[in-house]
Amino acid sequence: MQYKKVKGPLAPGWYFMQGDEACAEGALAAGCRFYAGYPITPASEIMIRMVHRLPELGGAFIQMEDEIGSISAVIGAAWAGAKAMTATSGPGLSLMIEALGYAVITETPCLIVDVQRAGPSTGQATRPAQGDMMMVKWGAHGDNEIVALSPWSVQEMYDLTVKAFNFSERFRVPTFLLADEAVGHLRETLVIQEEVEVFDRVKIPGKPPFGTEEVNGVPSMPAFGEGANLLVTGSTHDPWGFRKTQDSVVQARLTERLIRKIRDFKSEVIETDSHLLEDAEIGVVAYGFTARAALAAVKTLRKQGVKAGLLRLVSIWPFADEAVAALGKRCRKIFVPEMNRGQIAGELAKFTPTPVIPLPKTNGEVIEPAEIVEGIRRNQ
Amino acid sequence: MNQIIYEMINDQAFPTPFCPGCGHGILMNAVLRAFAELEWDLKNTLFVSGIGCAAWIPSPHFKADTLHTLHGRAIAYATGAKLFNPGLKIMVISGDGDLSSIGGNHLIHAARRNMDMTVVCANNSIYGMTGGQVASTTPLGSLTTTTPKGNLERPFDLCRLAEAAGATFVARHPVATPIPLTRTLKKAITHKGFSFVEVLSPCPTQYGRRNAFRSAFEMIQGLKSTCVSVEKAKGMSDEELAGKVVVGEFVS
Repeated sequence: MQYKKVKGPLAPGWYFMQGDEACAEGALAAGCRFYAGYPITPASEIMIRMVHRLPELGGAFIQMEDEIGSISAVIGAAWAGAKAMTATSGPGLSLMIEALGYAVITETPCLIVDVQRAGPSTGQATRPAQGDMMMVKWGAHGDNEIVALSPWSVQEMYDLTVKAFNFSERFRVPTFLLADEAVGHLRETLVIQEEVEVFDRVKIPGKPPFGTEEVNGVPSMPAFGEGANLLVTGSTHDPWGFRKTQDSVVQARLTERLIRKIRDFKSEVIETDSHLLEDAEIGVVAYGFTARAALAAVKTLRKQGVKAGLLRLVSIWPFADEAVAALGKRCRKIFVPEMNRGQIAGELAKFTPTPVIPLPKTNGEVIEPAEIVEGIRRNQ
Repeated sequence: MNQIIYEMINDQAFPTPFCPGCGHGILMNAVLRAFAELEWDLKNTLFVSGIGCAAWIPSPHFKADTLHTLHGRAIAYATGAKLFNPGLKIMVISGDGDLSSIGGNHLIHAARRNMDMTVVCANNSIYGMTGGQVASTTPLGSLTTTTPKGNLERPFDLCRLAEAAGATFVARHPVATPIPLTRTLKKAITHKGFSFVEVLSPCPTQYGRRNAFRSAFEMIQGLKSTCVSVEKAKGMSDEELAGKVVVGEFVS
């Protein structure tokens, strides 16, 4: 694996920073040098940070005419050789979904940050939510496999942005940082280390850019202007990019590889974080900002004599199926607080026979620890 | 010259998918001839296209980098590639529906920004690939599969649209006159800024046969008799210009 350690543009030390700004800094540390975006609450601060920082680092920035243009420019820049990103929220993400499928089939590395806000539709622009968990996985038509990570702190807005970029380069896939308004606008301490670990896309001259001998391989990715005569198309294509719109063998091979290049290596991506799980009888599964309240709730329950523990999902997609199955064996009930109507709770139930009890909240406010405690005590 | 052009094409991509009588083959020739006459190295040239028949002109026929994008989005993809690597020469080749209907927003904004790229719009007045539906460029009264009693909506004048939006080179030619077309494409390619060339290209399969053109030849003849040069049009009255299409270089 071609991971390497590099110095980021921000001097090592302690910073007091907003989540959205930390995300922008993480992107720059990962090597992002192109940003295209469109204003939207609560993600605009990422764009504002980037417009100041990118020119300092020799990168390019553009505010496009809409979110469709933003993701399109990101994909164009990625093929010109850039590590490229955009950031948005629900309504903008809805507009980007067609291009998401394009990035999947053309195996274009890029990062989409979704600072989730209360929906559906325009909903409540300044209020937090976690309502896009399923949309990023299933929004695009056709089968696809993507990577999504969910930060719970300003530190992770930085760290997971770096990781998300690395996974996008490693697997040649669009990746998501699934943040929410609360963590995006949160201000707290951010520690910048001396070096970050980054992955740069693999480029092997002469190798086909859209196919591998293995059924689960990631192809070499040249850039425009290198004489590779690249044929990039959103139509089904052979390993060299030639359109094959009627060939069932090519269609089968491509769709299988697009899934398996990630699914077969999911252990590289899947990350969970366990708290007080050793002897837990009551499991709590949470992610993003909600996991902060869940941790506080678990600690409160312990004080009250309830053996509760938290499994925090750091990665969302691919899903932590084995960790959930193991949790199900250990606990008699699993509670899932989330700022939606049970999206991840439903996913959990696929992997464990243990009762999964959703604790949904969709009033545009964050979930309080006391609400989780009460929800568990009522149903334990 | 023909040998130079031959080296610019992916011979394994032929024959082309275009119908007999389609104007896009002439346009393909004119584009490559323009680059060849300019002695242009295609290594640093990126061809971007959207969805539709015209989008298949560069992809996969040109031996260069090609980016065949989503419907309507070619100019936005091209914008990203150009900004990150300003050394790339970018030519967008796509159809009228792709560039001016579903992609109209990107067209006017790239023109407004004066993005350094050449946009070639192959205008056949119809959605060809999907079965002959009405387009934003279909003339009033035309019969299409979605205007069975005749088109009631006025068409765009794409050149005036591009000019109003800020394009700094604007021209129109029919494929019926490939020599002036090639000459104009050369100017558009070397123009610094946003250059827009509308190319009138007949679609006998989806447009012609529903609108009393008996053959592809008749459509080419029709283009020749309908088009009036911008110089000649200056001396003509409104009555004389009725039903005519003015061609030439409008902004340069």
